Amino acid sequence: MKVTFPHMGNMHVALKTVFKGLKIESVPPPPITKRTLELGVKYSPEFACMPMKINVGNFIEALELGADTIVMGGGWGPCRFGLYAQVEKDILKDLGFDFNMVILEAPDSKISELFKQLKSLGQNVSLLQALKTLKLAWNKLDAIEIVEKNLEYFLPRVIEKARADKLYQEAIESIDRADGKNQCYKAAFEAAKAMQELPTENQEPLKIGLVGEIYTILEPAANFEIIKLLGYMGVEVERSIYLTDWISAHLFGGYIKKTDHKSIIASAQPYLNYWVGGHGQETIGSTVGFARQKCDGVIQIAPLTCMPEIVAQAILPTVSVKEDIPCMTLWFDELSGTAGIQTRLEAFTDMIYRRKYRASNLKEA
Amino acid sequence: MNVYLGIDIGSVSSNFIMMNNQKEIIKNIYRRTLGNPVKAIQTGFTDLMDGCEEVTVKGVGTTGSGRHLAATLLGADVVKNEITAHAVAAAQFYPEVRTIIEIGGQDSKIIIMRDGIVHDFAMNTVCAAGTGSFLDQQASRLNMAIEDFGGQAVKSRQSVRIAGRCGVFAESDMIHKQQMGFPVEDIMMGLCEALVRNYLNNVAKGKKIEDLVVFQGGVAANEGLRAAFEKVLGQNLHIPPYYNVMGAIGAAILALEKSQGSRQNSRYKGCDYIMDGQFLSSSHECKGCPNLCEVVAIKRDQDILAYWGDRCKKWEGSLSQTEKANLQVV
Repeated sequence: MKVTFPHMGNMHVALKTVFKGLKIESVPPPPITKRTLELGVKYSPEFACMPMKINVGNFIEALELGADTIVMGGGWGPCRFGLYAQVEKDILKDLGFDFNMVILEAPDSKISELFKQLKSLGQNVSLLQALKTLKLAWNKLDAIEIVEKNLEYFLPRVIEKARADKLYQEAIESIDRADGKNQCYKAAFEAAKAMQELPTENQEPLKIGLVGEIYTILEPAANFEIIKLLGYMGVEVERSIYLTDWISAHLFGGYIKKTDHKSIIASAQPYLNYWVGGHGQETIGSTVGFARQKCDGVIQIAPLTCMPEIVAQAILPTVSVKEDIPCMTLWFDELSGTAGIQTRLEAFTDMIYRRKYRASNLKEA
Repeated sequence: MNVYLGIDIGSVSSNFIMMNNQKEIIKNIYRRTLGNPVKAIQTGFTDLMDGCEEVTVKGVGTTGSGRHLAATLLGADVVKNEITAHAVAAAQFYPEVRTIIEIGGQDSKIIIMRDGIVHDFAMNTVCAAGTGSFLDQQASRLNMAIEDFGGQAVKSRQSVRIAGRCGVFAESDMIHKQQMGFPVEDIMMGLCEALVRNYLNNVAKGKKIEDLVVFQGGVAANEGLRAAFEKVLGQNLHIPPYYNVMGAIGAAILALEKSQGSRQNSRYKGCDYIMDGQFLSSSHECKGCPNLCEVVAIKRDQDILAYWGDRCKKWEGSLSQTEKANLQVV
């Protein structure tokens, strides 16, 4: 059995560890490239959102490399993602691929369910071994996030941005190779320290909160590497979603890591009091949170046609006025030119810079 | 005389401005890009400098989708996005402005101004229906010069209803109405109103359009659209005297402000640099990874000035720091 899975940011590092520990051979899809998206666009329904198109491309490329089992997340609720595993299975079968599909239904706080599903995949692995594996995978995710957060902090500040970027890449690679917890954290903290030692610009950067749909936030290929684009423009980005927060809140009932998911949902009131599917409510809640943390602006990103985010987008202008925070929404779909995104990001950054500068001038006067 | 240049290279038009240090416009040139921005910059620039041998260029600002190209060819001090450039220019002519409606060749924007600075903005996202290119296309389908479009449209006494949500729908609606025998001016006025509705729904999206409203960009020349906006909004529109070169004016003002705030000399490369050099662009597919980025190189004679299009910035990064500094944004 050769297992593959969809890409989502650096998630593959942890999944590779999980499968290795469960003594299952895994074939991660190649990195997402233009070809991946082209395959996805060619074989997916036209009106599906970009995450699904990238999924399909990932699976085709992995099946070409010899994978015979696909592990995909399921789910339920108003977001179409819950249906994607089924649709993708049909598409790939119609294309003539021979494979097995295992759909992990989001258990939402029922960890035993997840174990059962994973165990159906496993090959004579003891429970202790399985637990150890999960723990290492978790450590890897955690270490990766330390590096990601450091990059988000230092990229806008350091003068040699390419250098910081390289340190980040190298750290992710060593975490990927690591066999134990200590190695993971060592790589992470070394990268953080090296970034800290790089010479920095004098000016304190602007800070933008990034909210929106989870896949678009976590997968750089789905958002034109917006965090780096902004970082190179000298803007610090804080995301509303990090993978470990999401896993902790949705798979482990919030027990393994303290997250502020509940307070985010509470902050969405009174603007959006209902769960509208996906991360619609989180988008509003996080925007309010970022406004109260005195971020300079908020950018909402999502794939075109994403319903929960459309609902959130309609509410954002009110939040923007009431909480006094500039907001902008960017929709992503297949598009090769980055000029349009670049122009909008520049204009937005310019605007918040001038608004901030004007406000501080008025205070002094 | 010391002058400042503003250059706006858009999808449809390329605009050039020469301004003195009192922010007075000495010369302005509006010409079509015609799909060849390098040539448009060279000829436009030649026209701009024609008869102005006595001036000293103290600063250059570029804007528009071709701003990086223009900055590379001329050596620019300020490379700015269109939103900021248009806002700066509008605030110069109308300090009280609160709403800017700007419709250009490929995009349309709304800019909300408070106290002379950008407070909020939006640009059309996925569709170019309602921009200058679409009007151009419809005018040529009706066998009419775009310059005459507005004049014809305002002759209408009873506009017809045209669907404005999508350019393709609008066109088939227009053909349908035309085959039913509606007079052409009524269809044209109907199209103008459809475009206004499209703009208000797709771009403005409920943003409050407060007085004073400035309408600029190439499309502001169209009387039909001006009338349609005034009818739908019930507000007066102000059309600046240089409505079609406002982006370039904004870029020039920014260049002027920057040069006054610093002691550095302008990065302007001089007349000879642009007029005597042979500029060539070539492209190739980078085989470094499966992304197969289409990388464009801009050359002056044998020297490579800039690379574009590589996602990983490998090509862009291969040029020296000083050259990159010339392309610095902000």
